[in-house]
Amino acid sequence: MFHRLTGPAQTPITVRFEDEPVQACDGDTVAAALWAGGVEWTGARRVTGAPRAPWCMMGVCFECLVEIDGVTGQQACMVQARDGMHIRRQRRFREPGDDL
Amino acid sequence: MTSEADVVVIGAGPAGLSVAATAAGEGARVAVVDDQPGPGGQVYRSIETVDRKRPADLDFLGRDYSAGIGVVQDFRATGCDYLPRTSVWHVGEAGAGRRRAVYCSRDGGTFRILARHVVIATGALERPVPVPGWTLPGVMSAGAVQGALKSSGVYPAGRLVIAGSGPLPLLLAAQLLAARVPVAAFVDTTPPGVLTRALVHLPRAAAAGDYLLRGLVLARTIRKSGIPFYRGAAGLRVAGSGRVSTLEFRAGGQDHVIPADVVALHEGLVPNSQLTRLVGMRHFWDRRQRCWRPELGPWGESSEQGIHVAGDGGGIFGARAARYDGRSVGLDLAMRLGLIVESERDLAANDARMRRMLDVGIRPLLESCFPPPDWIGSVADEVTVCRCEEVSAGAIRTAVADGCTGPNQVKAFLRCGMGPCQGRLCAPTVAEVIAAAGGRSLAEVGTYRIRPPIRPVTLAELAELGQA
Repeated sequence: MFHRLTGPAQTPITVRFEDEPVQACDGDTVAAALWAGGVEWTGARRVTGAPRAPWCMMGVCFECLVEIDGVTGQQACMVQARDGMHIRRQRRFREPGDDL
Repeated sequence: MTSEADVVVIGAGPAGLSVAATAAGEGARVAVVDDQPGPGGQVYRSIETVDRKRPADLDFLGRDYSAGIGVVQDFRATGCDYLPRTSVWHVGEAGAGRRRAVYCSRDGGTFRILARHVVIATGALERPVPVPGWTLPGVMSAGAVQGALKSSGVYPAGRLVIAGSGPLPLLLAAQLLAARVPVAAFVDTTPPGVLTRALVHLPRAAAAGDYLLRGLVLARTIRKSGIPFYRGAAGLRVAGSGRVSTLEFRAGGQDHVIPADVVALHEGLVPNSQLTRLVGMRHFWDRRQRCWRPELGPWGESSEQGIHVAGDGGGIFGARAARYDGRSVGLDLAMRLGLIVESERDLAANDARMRRMLDVGIRPLLESCFPPPDWIGSVADEVTVCRCEEVSAGAIRTAVADGCTGPNQVKAFLRCGMGPCQGRLCAPTVAEVIAAAGGRSLAEVGTYRIRPPIRPVTLAELAELGQA
């Protein structure tokens, strides 16, 4: 869905998204890295579970919330990608009776 | 952990940087907190990185963006205490109301900064564009596309359709064209005939003639590029299963369905009023900008003791005006701190205030050319208004029919505005839907009450604060 413009003038890094390697550049936000890596949706909507993706890319909408290195509720558009980072889609809110 | 400063500036965009550089230049101890990784705000986003690592990109990002290099350098030269990647989640009182406490989170840790003066320079955000299908992956704000282009040189591949109204989508199209990124179509939702109505504002706008010239160049670039351009489009609807596949709209008396992989929407900017609301500032309804603005004095001082507002957070006037604004606010703070006297402030601010006055001369023309959308209150029932809690326009209308009178009551009934974004995104839409459903004015309907924390804070962060 997204490409990178000028070719990597920055240092290349590798993050993992849902266990798959994604090539990125040092200085990318997690959201930009995922966009450039072809990731179309970054989480599930909290109520219906429908796919959710970044809307504003500037920290306003919280639509890009992901789990990074085991910590949920992180704004992918605000956190800078680091080599070796593990990123996962954030699922819908847990309901009573859900497996933890 | 608690630290102290004379002035805490919240936001490192053109206004905040200019306040900080000015006040620090007069000898004030200034701390600047900002949630981005580098200074520049949204308009000069990632300017240092681009300048250092991708200087070729400055060519297509344009002159207005490159202007940020100097702004950021001036700020860096002052040696202010600069805290990037830092979110402010509360501004409270300290020292029996004589000082303010700014509550911050950074890298999972929490701290407070105490200061006599706080400047809210949190700028603008894009007005939400709640058309059917706007929650599908592949649909985003035009600012999001521009932000990714600035911060990482990442651009939409496949068929990109830019749809909306205002200077930003035109600028985005021109930037992409200059970067040789194809744009599949431009769907202009500006209502027809506004240009003629806008002409009366031309004389005042002539004082800011370079904007006019650049606007004309933009329009000409896009026209000459051969991008399919649909004028006066309305009734936008994004369709697709799991992701966007088409954009439907009406233009020129015809229905259109165009294929799209990415749809970038935009309907203008509104002040980011989360903090100005949180601290309880008085606001007024601006009918022309169709948004709430804090009531400010001639030096950016608000109804709240010790709190100033600088830049677009006080009303949409653009990056250049924000810089001038920042300078006069910075000088006013220096005077209040006893670093300069009133006559020195007035003399030093004279140039910036004069320039700002001329600069904002373009605004009446822009506001008439690109009037804020008037259709948002009548979006279809099935459209999601609050994306966090998935509350539809229909649900809000039912709540109004059941007797809810305003956004706060609707919030209590439906949870809209109670998700992670804390109503930042849905507030304008919720008010529009309530006003239209109840046949009342937006000024009368009001908006959400904002309470701390304005961002999600973990219990660990709160606990850390208690140990301070």
